[in-house]
Amino acid sequence: MSGRRIRQRAPWQLVALGSIGAAVFVLPLVGLITRTPWSRLGELVASDVVVDALKLSLLTSVLAAFISLLLGVPLAWVLARINFPGRHIVRAIVTLPMVLPPVVGGAALLFALGRRGVIGEPINDATGFLLPFSVWGVVVANVFVAMPFLVVTVEGALRNLDGRHEAAAATLGASRLTVFRRITLPMISPSLRAGLVLAWARALGEFGATVTFAGNLQGRTQTLPLAVFVALEQDRDTAVAISLVLVAVSLAVLLLLRDRWWSHGSTS
Amino acid sequence: MRNGVATLAAFTIVLLLSSCSGGDDRETVLVMAASSLTDAFIEIETAFEAANPEIDVQLNLAGSASLLEQIVQGAPADVFASANASTMQAVVDAGAANTSTPFAGNTLQIAVPLGNPANVSDIADLADPDLLVGLCGEQVPCGQFARQALDQAGVVASIDTNEGDVRALVTKLEAGELDAGIVYATDVIASPEIEGIALPANIDVAITYPIAVLTDSPNPDLARTFFDFVLSARGQALLADAGFIAP
Repeated sequence: MSGRRIRQRAPWQLVALGSIGAAVFVLPLVGLITRTPWSRLGELVASDVVVDALKLSLLTSVLAAFISLLLGVPLAWVLARINFPGRHIVRAIVTLPMVLPPVVGGAALLFALGRRGVIGEPINDATGFLLPFSVWGVVVANVFVAMPFLVVTVEGALRNLDGRHEAAAATLGASRLTVFRRITLPMISPSLRAGLVLAWARALGEFGATVTFAGNLQGRTQTLPLAVFVALEQDRDTAVAISLVLVAVSLAVLLLLRDRWWSHGSTS
Repeated sequence: MRNGVATLAAFTIVLLLSSCSGGDDRETVLVMAASSLTDAFIEIETAFEAANPEIDVQLNLAGSASLLEQIVQGAPADVFASANASTMQAVVDAGAANTSTPFAGNTLQIAVPLGNPANVSDIADLADPDLLVGLCGEQVPCGQFARQALDQAGVVASIDTNEGDVRALVTKLEAGELDAGIVYATDVIASPEIEGIALPANIDVAITYPIAVLTDSPNPDLARTFFDFVLSARGQALLADAGFIAP
């Protein structure tokens, strides 16, 4: 199979539809670039608002991605491997943030973890700790919207995993946790990385849940997407400049990680 | 799987068809209105449609700055009602309206959750870093007016969040997540879950709402009919019910 190359033209139907598909993503990018005030770009990007937002965005999105990893991998394992009643319901609830409007998610977080929230109120009464309007509020909002991407990716990998290696390790006396650590995790590492990157990317672009749950204050809770939103209503040049920073950072990371991480273990 | 996809596709097509035909022959007039006008304009819409059954009013309610952006980018709107003169001026400058007419006025109040849990009594309390204080962002009128009031009072507020529009701010006050904020008097009247504290008498922030028929209105006659209705005795009475004052 592998040695034989069949020279054949690509079916034009696929190429045509694929090109239109690509245009959906390329055109808005072109629009953004044509509106970019190149001569003032440096000055706009170096402003306090943008620098503060960039730092905060990187910090909170990376934190959110790693918290998603820490909690999401065990969750994915439980969903993939343990047969418990109501598993389908739990899985549906876990993936809900992927379809829920983020603003609704943010409001729901407020009802649960806010100062008057179901859990937030007792915590605040006992410790004085408050999530909304704080950096941790941004992280929680990010985890809420980002973790499902990691869970779905990792659970898919766990389900498709050939169970023989795990079974062999268990036969040789490894405990279930050891099997998970030494066999399962290494075998699904391409999916782990992909899920981590997806979760990070989703967290970086997160707007609705953050603005609803964590508010909007420069230097504390104003991430890049929030700064874009505010700037769009004040000064379009700044908004376009910030968006370009967001696009540049995301593209750089996605391209870099694709080369480093996804090239082996996948067919790309 | 294949069955599921087919069902979904069929369902989508049915939805598309039903939303296209609509079964509603009324002509529509698209009104862009600042979010602080929400309740008053919903009342006006109801009264206007009762008086003009052949016209369907569609309200697009958002922060004035978002509306400005949509109008300048060519949204097919007929009427624009702004929460401040400068946003309306920007619309006129962009050539999207020829002239505008003031149709209502408003005042500011400090708003606190019902029962005033943080015991806010004065605008100076907004400087307390222990309180959770929210304002509207500077990009929207309610944020600009609030800052004018704070400047006049000589108070540097300890701000915890700048909300995108006045409704978002009111929602967080209603939920008790913020201790205090500065909103319009009309918002306090509209919400049973917040209470208002008057600003000191020496603070004078002029808040005037202008309305205009847009030059690119697809239905200029209908737009004019709605515009006249807002300025009529009936329209003005509905605005007064919502707490607006004369411009």
